[in-house]
Amino acid sequence: MKRLFPITPALLCLLGGLSIAVVEAAAPADPPAKTEAAPAASAAQVNTFNRLMTPKSDRNQPPPLDGIHDPEGPGTKTLQAPRDAFSALPKSSGGNYVNWVQALKDKAINPRYDRLNPKEEPMIMELDIVREVKGFMPDVVYPHDRHTQWLDCSNCHPDIFVPQKGANTISMAQILMGQKCGVCHGKVAFPVSECRLCHSKKKDQALLKK
Amino acid sequence: MRKIRRLLENKTGWWFLSVLAVGWVAGLFHAQPAGAEYADVVLNRLSEANGVRPVIYPHWFHRIRFRCKVCHSELGFKMKAGGNDINMLELMDGKFCGSCHNNNIAWGLENCHRCHSGLKGLETGIRGGHKAGGPGVW
Repeated sequence: MKRLFPITPALLCLLGGLSIAVVEAAAPADPPAKTEAAPAASAAQVNTFNRLMTPKSDRNQPPPLDGIHDPEGPGTKTLQAPRDAFSALPKSSGGNYVNWVQALKDKAINPRYDRLNPKEEPMIMELDIVREVKGFMPDVVYPHDRHTQWLDCSNCHPDIFVPQKGANTISMAQILMGQKCGVCHGKVAFPVSECRLCHSKKKDQALLKK
Repeated sequence: MRKIRRLLENKTGWWFLSVLAVGWVAGLFHAQPAGAEYADVVLNRLSEANGVRPVIYPHWFHRIRFRCKVCHSELGFKMKAGGNDINMLELMDGKFCGSCHNNNIAWGLENCHRCHSGLKGLETGIRGGHKAGGPGVW
């Protein structure tokens, strides 16, 4: 009996492995050919070191292949594929892989500011807020103009940010947890992987050396 | 059973089982299919319980046509997935989605399947946030 004891965890693993194999075999292959499409390693791709990163070919998938739409749904195939809509828009390296602010600036898109009136112009506030950052990263510049193009003051003030200098403590931890800037950035606006879009003001080098 | 016990009497057998165990753990984390478009919202508080597919709201499609403030200020959508207690009756009354999806600004509510197009079993929430399909964030 004593000899049997150390093998029980291994047996559990074996059974577990078998059960997963059975469950996966039994599960319907929902988005067909999606997992099969993983690019095979070739000499040209030796530098794609992170196999978990979404390859470019897998970005902005059409609804039937995106893993959340039901390919059998009668409406799914009538929906526009993001790739078709984005082809004419300026690119970025995160989120939808579209530079939305640039798209607005270039007039590549002209989203309504009012539900009914297509001619209504946004009320743009020109005020940059510089937030000094404790660590080595460049300071954050918050541009009101790029935000007021899209949003109303009441979307952020006073619930998310108190409109008063020094009244808001913000940390990357909070942002990653979906608070403060993270209410939008990381969910719908460009994600936190684009560090330098916010951390954009170089610190005084002389001060750094002290 | 006896075969497995015999397998464990030599080193190769142990190796075999350890590889199997590692494979099993890796299988738990195996890459999911490509995943939703960034900022797609799944709404399934009421849908599936009432026999329709979950709703998928594409932020990208709407922001090409409307600025954030139109829905998140004028229409009263809170900026939190699942934080809006809405139902079809309210939409028919011309509130929330119904303020545009009325065959006037956008197509009407009779096109059930365009919104109710999600896979069964999806949980309410915002999707597409990560760049990778694995256990890490990026």
